[in-house]
Amino acid sequence: MKELENVVIRFSGDSGDGMQLTGTQFSTTSALMGNDMSTFPDYPSEIRAPQGTVAGVSGFQVCFGATEVNTPGDEPDVLVAMNPAALKANLADVKRGGTIIVNNDAFSPANLKKAGYESNPLDTNELDNYKVIRIDISNLTTEALKNLDLDLKAKGRCKNFCALGFTYYLFDRDMDSTIKWIESKFGKTPVLKEANILALKAGYNYGGNTLITTNRYQVPKAKIEKGKYRQMQGNAATAWGLMQAAEAAGLKLFLGSYPITPATEILQELAKFKEFGVKTFQAEDEIAGICSAIGASFGGALAATTTSGPGLALKTEAIGLGVIYEIPLVIVNVQRGGPSTGLPTKTEQADLLQSFYGRNGECPTVVVAASRPSDCFEMAYEAARLALEHMTPVILLTDGYIAQGAEPWKIPDIEKEFRPIKTRMVDRKLAPGEQFLSYQRDPKTLVRPWAIPGMAGYEHRIGGLEKSENFGNVSHDAKNHQRMVELRAEKIARVVDNIPDQEVFGDKSGDLLVVSWGGTYGATYSAVRELRKEGKRVSLMHMKYLNPMPKNVGKILKSYKKILVPELNMGQLQHLLREKFLIETIGYHKVQGQPLKITEVVGLINRELESL
Amino acid sequence: MSETTTYTKKDFVSDQEVRWCPGCGDYSILSAVQTAMTQIGKKREDICFVSGIGCSSRFPYYMNTFGMHTIHGRAAAIASGLKIQNPNLSVWVATGDGDAMAIGGNHLIHALRRNVDINIIMFNNEIYGLTKGQYSPTTKRGVITKTTPYGVVDHPFVPASLALGCDATFFARAIDTDVKHLTSLVVEAANHKGTTFIEIFQNCVIFSDGIHEAYAGKATRDDNTIKVEHGKPMIFGKERNKGIILRGTRPEVVTIGENGITEKDLLVHDKTDDNMAYMLSRMKFPELPVALGIFRQVSAPSYEMDVEAQIAQVTSKKGAGNMKSLLHSGQTWNVG
Ligand code: SF4
Repeated sequence: MKELENVVIRFSGDSGDGMQLTGTQFSTTSALMGNDMSTFPDYPSEIRAPQGTVAGVSGFQVCFGATEVNTPGDEPDVLVAMNPAALKANLADVKRGGTIIVNNDAFSPANLKKAGYESNPLDTNELDNYKVIRIDISNLTTEALKNLDLDLKAKGRCKNFCALGFTYYLFDRDMDSTIKWIESKFGKTPVLKEANILALKAGYNYGGNTLITTNRYQVPKAKIEKGKYRQMQGNAATAWGLMQAAEAAGLKLFLGSYPITPATEILQELAKFKEFGVKTFQAEDEIAGICSAIGASFGGALAATTTSGPGLALKTEAIGLGVIYEIPLVIVNVQRGGPSTGLPTKTEQADLLQSFYGRNGECPTVVVAASRPSDCFEMAYEAARLALEHMTPVILLTDGYIAQGAEPWKIPDIEKEFRPIKTRMVDRKLAPGEQFLSYQRDPKTLVRPWAIPGMAGYEHRIGGLEKSENFGNVSHDAKNHQRMVELRAEKIARVVDNIPDQEVFGDKSGDLLVVSWGGTYGATYSAVRELRKEGKRVSLMHMKYLNPMPKNVGKILKSYKKILVPELNMGQLQHLLREKFLIETIGYHKVQGQPLKITEVVGLINRELESL
Repeated sequence: MSETTTYTKKDFVSDQEVRWCPGCGDYSILSAVQTAMTQIGKKREDICFVSGIGCSSRFPYYMNTFGMHTIHGRAAAIASGLKIQNPNLSVWVATGDGDAMAIGGNHLIHALRRNVDINIIMFNNEIYGLTKGQYSPTTKRGVITKTTPYGVVDHPFVPASLALGCDATFFARAIDTDVKHLTSLVVEAANHKGTTFIEIFQNCVIFSDGIHEAYAGKATRDDNTIKVEHGKPMIFGKERNKGIILRGTRPEVVTIGENGITEKDLLVHDKTDDNMAYMLSRMKFPELPVALGIFRQVSAPSYEMDVEAQIAQVTSKKGAGNMKSLLHSGQTWNVG
């Protein structure tokens, strides 16, 4: 058996072939076996694109390793292609010399035609640069299930487990956890339970019977931080992070939302947790989603709304209302390719400037971003903490890539790492005759007090019209407006005293600093780490707090000769850095609906180092 | 509910100067609502008024309760969130025909169908007042306004029919200047569990003065409108001698004592009868009197109480959740 440091495997098939499930099983098993790993699903935006066509191909990529894994991997070492369309859609991505496992049965003339092949690529020289393993997966499955009382179609549906079984043999994976999963999933229909287990074992045994052991691989346990781990997907982590914040603040969580890809899972996830008192409200539209959250916030909830780019655009006016109200509100934007409907299932980071500036009037909010799937937990908590402590809307940016990706996560010690959040809720009785001043600010933070319906004596009105300083009454006074605009801006600026300093990975100064933000962390960090191991002088500043930016960002930027800012947009962070710090930066703008690759960033860094 | 606090109308008057045009119908609505608030058995701090944008939407500033002046059309959505967060509150939406039926139409219909326990009071003056006189979704065809110099060619909504189409569990209609009737409807609305919708014929003295005059004017009101009451025959007229009967499926005006008609022949209002409610919504002047009062009131589960019930049910089954055990639940493994 050969030992490998890490492997990238992509399961690919028709959207009805169960590839997401297969990939999830493989990654769970690998995590349980002690590997570090990272996953990413890639599915078409049409739920039922024509069967057998390239448009209908659904994939799931896993990178698992014996060392730290920070991305789902650039290029698959192994591709599992359940039909010709899956081969066609993915071949260009597969590493040269990589392994391609095909379901030979599916390469019928009809399927080849649907995939747009003139001749069978398995018979031409098209795959000469790869190791091809042809398996009659469909036949193997139906043969294994021949004694079961199931129709042929139902038997055929078990073929993904057969393919999974084969990969388990290939990479010396333990079948236990998948068998347990099948048992619990199909416990109520014994015949399906048996069928899937038989299919899994058939694939595994087929490996044993046909592969010589030198063609098997082992990926030993990763040397990662000690502790108890669980798997975490980005969107679920966002949901849980909000719940964590609600618990830490002693408030109930309210989510007003509207289904939109790729953010819907947060709403679905939170809808499960009634026993936490979480209230989820699936509104009639994006606007009602945020508006209901504003109502709930006025009522004393930790209120949030979740969406993706086009939805953020629709919520614009209401965010402005939240800003002038000065109430706590978390807006989660799981970014996707734009403009307009754009690429709903593909990733991008092009809503940064929308988050900063996309509202009428002078309308500052706090903006933070999560860096990887499990980090969504911490940043959702942070977004809520800042919203509650500073009485302001906070926009949390994640993206389709980290939202749908998953990775092992060391379960935090919440008592230590996620402390109680002290809200601005008023907690004293007013003296007789004392008037509550709803916009009287804390002199240090400029934050106003939070009084909610139900509090006797605190009856007050808030509105979207400009308000007078301290009193909060409607005011059209010219000087007052200037003062209030400045106060709202200064209030957000002072959030800087309540966020951690910016960290740098690498040297404190030097030739080249890579600056990234949000979901590109895995690629930029891995690339910088790899090159530093080779002795290259490059450092990384990965930003999670974007508005305001940590105090030391300016100083960091001025400590390097060159600043490289790779982003999945046309240079939005680059624009902000140039504007704020008057520095020259080198941008790299990728807008292909795909994440940054490690190799891509490595190439960029090398290019910049060479031209120093 | 508070049994201890008794209020007078003054307790609900805020310190803000009321800025509607002199003679605006909004004044009498404000007065009716302030009076009604003393009768609903709610503490002042448990009441919140929410509004959108428009003349009517100044309302919360004038109520000495909690209040939110929000953005155009969104009051129903914001009020829904507030009520779901805290079901103990008495939540009111003050809105107009432009705010509720045009830009806020989507939120209105969904609030009504969901039956969140909020109370929507819509001031219908068939015009945009705050933006100075453009036609609204309730302006009648042919009316000349700033944006229709040759007359409106849009077909208007009948708010009552729209609300009933949404399965509104409470719909009532009133006239701004009939303060006593309006007050009683506001109190009824407060006591109803679920979304209530009161349409008020409101007079905008500036941009649509007299729009409702033909039927709502004090002189002709008794003859040209009919106040329906549950379980009572449909009688109207200054002399209380006119009534409504059904001929086939259509309502018809009759005179008691003529052609052998007696009170017994008249339709008796049943607020739980959907067909009757719809019929009332379609009665148009001058062919028929305009209907006022509670058209429909049925009991149905209110959204926020169902939300609470689910929470209670799941919590009693699973126990109250906490993050620490959630984080350690499901599949976990140890490294090292
Ligand atoms: S414009 Fe009309 S509706 Fe508005 S305040 Fe004046 S009279 Fe009332």
